[in-house]
Amino acid sequence: MTEAASRLPVSRLGGPDARTVAKIDLGLSRRYAAERRFRAYGLAAVTIAICFLLVLFGSIVSKGYTAFQQTRVTMMVDFEPSIIAPDGDRSPKAIMSGNAFRFDDLIAASLQKTLEIDPNDEDGLYDALDLLSKGSTPMLRSMIANDPSLIGTKRTVDFYATGDVDAFVKGTIRADVPESQRLIKDKHIVLIDKLKTEGALHLAFNTGLFTNGASTRPETAGVGVALVGSLYMMLVVLVLSLPLGVAGSIYLEEFAPKNRWTDVIEVNINNLAAVPSIVYGLLGLAVFINFAHLPRSASLVGGLVLTLTTLPTIIITTRAALKAVPPSIREAGLGVGASKMQTVFHHVLPLAMPGVLTGTIIGLAHALGETAPLLMIGMKAFIVEYPATPFDPATALPTQIYMWATEPERAFTERTSAAIIVLLAFLLAMNSIAIILRRAFERRW
Amino acid sequence: MSAVQTATPFETVRTPDPASRPIKIHAAAVKVTYGQKEALHGVSIDIAEKAVTAFIGPSGCGKSTFLRCINRMNDTIAGARVEGTITLDDRNIYDPDLDVVELRARVGMVFQKPNPFPKSIFDNVAYGPRIHGLARSKADLEEIVVTSLQRASLFNEVKDRLNEPGTGLSGGQQQRLCIARAIAVSPEVILMDEPCSALDPIATAKVEELIDELRANFTIVIVTHSMQQAARVSQRTAFFHLGHLIEEGPTDHVFTNPLEQRTQDYITGRFG
Ligand SMILES: Nc1ncnc2c1ncn2[C@@H]1O[C@H](COP(=O)(O)OP(=O)(O)O)[C@@H](O)[C@H]1O
Ligand SMILES: [Mg+2]
Repeated sequence: MTEAASRLPVSRLGGPDARTVAKIDLGLSRRYAAERRFRAYGLAAVTIAICFLLVLFGSIVSKGYTAFQQTRVTMMVDFEPSIIAPDGDRSPKAIMSGNAFRFDDLIAASLQKTLEIDPNDEDGLYDALDLLSKGSTPMLRSMIANDPSLIGTKRTVDFYATGDVDAFVKGTIRADVPESQRLIKDKHIVLIDKLKTEGALHLAFNTGLFTNGASTRPETAGVGVALVGSLYMMLVVLVLSLPLGVAGSIYLEEFAPKNRWTDVIEVNINNLAAVPSIVYGLLGLAVFINFAHLPRSASLVGGLVLTLTTLPTIIITTRAALKAVPPSIREAGLGVGASKMQTVFHHVLPLAMPGVLTGTIIGLAHALGETAPLLMIGMKAFIVEYPATPFDPATALPTQIYMWATEPERAFTERTSAAIIVLLAFLLAMNSIAIILRRAFERRW
Repeated sequence: MSAVQTATPFETVRTPDPASRPIKIHAAAVKVTYGQKEALHGVSIDIAEKAVTAFIGPSGCGKSTFLRCINRMNDTIAGARVEGTITLDDRNIYDPDLDVVELRARVGMVFQKPNPFPKSIFDNVAYGPRIHGLARSKADLEEIVVTSLQRASLFNEVKDRLNEPGTGLSGGQQQRLCIARAIAVSPEVILMDEPCSALDPIATAKVEELIDELRANFTIVIVTHSMQQAARVSQRTAFFHLGHLIEEGPTDHVFTNPLEQRTQDYITGRFG
C-alpha cells in the first residue's frame, strides 16, 4: 500500500495532487457500484435457489404427508375356536394351513356386529367387507398363529381400510363427484359414516409404511424392505469404499512416484467419476451376477456396484484433502525422524480427516439416491420378506420410489411422495452424522 | 556474471579453526540437481562439533539446499538428486545401508516457519521420544518433555498449559517449541533454516540466546539472512554464492577480514 502511494504523482504540498485524488474518487465509486451489483446478483441467486428448494419440498411434503397417517377400522373380534380350529389343533402350523376363508368368517362376523347388519343381508355384508383391506385375512391369521392363546377370547383388532377408503377419508376421493366416476360408491359412504359414528373408523400413524414390504395393495405396502436394503448397501459401500478409497488416495498422494503411470491413473480416476452410473450397473450385472454368480437383487451386489460409483468421488476428495495439508507438517514429522508412514498416519491423515469424511458422506449420499444401476442388477423385484443378510433379495429406497411412481392408485401416489420424504430424511440423518463427525475431528486442532 | 562463475572450476577460500574443534560433519563435492537445474556445484566443508556454524549468502544461493542435504530432507523432494559425500562421525550418510529415520533422529531440524504439530504442547515435544521409544515409562517421558522445554527456555512460559495446543502459542514461543521438539530426541546435530525470519526482534533475541546455550551440547548449523545474527551466534561462518561455497572461516575473521572480494561485497551490503 505504501509502495502504491509512493508511486502517485506528488503535489508541491507533499500529498498526492488534486487530479489524482479526483481520479481515485471516481474509480472508487465505480468499484463500490460493482461490488454492490455483485452482492445483489449473489443475493438474487441464493433467493431463487431457496425458492426452488421450498417449492420442491413443499410439493413433496404436501403430497406425501397424508401417507404418514392411515385409516384403520377397529373392531371387536371373537376368536371363536370352532371356526379357527375346527379339528381342535391349535398349533401355529395348523392355523397357517387349511382354509383361509375361516378367517374371513371371523372378520365378517365382527363387521356384522359392529355395523349391525342383518344376518340375512349378504350383499350388505359384502359391501362392508369391501371396506377392509384384502390384507386383513392373512394379517389376522398370522396374528393368531403367533399367539394361539388368543383363541377363545374377545379382542379389539385394528384392520387396515382399503386404499380407496383411506383416500376417501382423507378427502382425496370426493363425495361430490358423480357416483359412476367414483371408486367409493354411495352404499360404501353410508357404511363409512356408520363406522365413523360407531367410533370404529379412525386415522392412525402409519407404522406399516416403515415396516411393510412390497404389496400390490397400497394400504399394506411399505418401504421396510427398501429401508433395510438401502441400509445394507450403505454399510457395504462404507466398509469397502472408505478403506479402499482412503488407502488408494494416500498411496497416490504421498507414496507413489510422480511419473507417467501415476498421471494416467489420475486422469482415469477423474474420468471414472464422470462415467454414467448406469454403465456401472451393466458392469455389475456382467461381473458380479453373470460372472461371479452372486445372487441377483441382493443388496451385496447393489453395494458393490455403488462402491464402484462412489470410489472415484472418495478418492478425488481425499486426495484434495491430503493436498490441502501444509507441507510444513510433513517436514515437521520427517524432521524428528518419523518414517513416511508415521508422518502420514500420525499427522497428515488426522488433519485431512474432516475433508475425507465430507467426501465419503457426499459419496454415500450419491450412492443412496442412485437408481439406474440398481435397476440393472434387478433390485426392483417384488419383495415381501425382509432380507436377513445382504445376500438376500432386497429393494432400495430409490427403486421403491421408482416402482411406486408407476402405480396408478391414488394411495400409491401419496406413498411415492412419502417414500421420497423418507429418503430425504435418511440423507439428512447421514449428513448430520457427517457434520458431527467432522466437528469431532476438527476439535483436535 | 553468474554464467562465468558457475562454469569456472571453483576453489573455496578457507581459514582454519584456531580453536581446532573436532570435525562432526564432513562434506565433499556435494552437488544437488533439481530436475535439470544444478543448484549446488560441488560444496566441500568441515563442520566443527559443538559449535555454531552459520551459512550466509544472498537468497537462492543454495544455503537451504545444502542444509537439507545434511539430514537428507532433499530425499523427499521429487526430482532432487544429491551427489558427493557427506559423513557424520566418519559415516557416509548417503550410504544405501544407512537408515534415514535414524539419521533424522541424530540430525534434528528447525524450519524457517514455526511448524508445531496441531497437538498439545506436551505431545509436540513427546512425539519424537515416543516414536523412537526413548522413554521407558510415562514418568520418563514427562521428564524428557520438561527438560527439553527447559533447555529450549520455554518451560516457565508454558508449564501451566502443557495440554493446550502448540499452535496457540506466539510465533517466538512456537519456534522455541520446535527447538524443544528437536532436542527431545537428543540429536547430535541441529539444523536451523532461518529460524528467526518469521519472528519479531524480542523473540529473535530469545532464540539467539538459546542457540548460544545449546552450543555446549549440540553441533548447530544455522542458515541466516541476517549478518548481525551470524556475527552474534556463530563461531564459524560459510558464505555461499550462486551454488558455490565462496569462503569459510572463523566468524570474526570472515566479517572483519574477508579474503574474497565477493564476501566483502556481500557483508558490506553491495549485493544481496
Ligand atoms: N524444491 C525445489 N525444486 C526446484 N528448485 C529448487 C527447489 N528448492 C530450491 N530450488 C532452487 O535451488 C536454488 C537454491 O535454493 P535454496 O537452497 O532454497 O536457496 P537459499 O536457501 O540460499 O535461499 C534456487 O535457485 C532455487 O530456485
Ligand atoms: Mg532458504
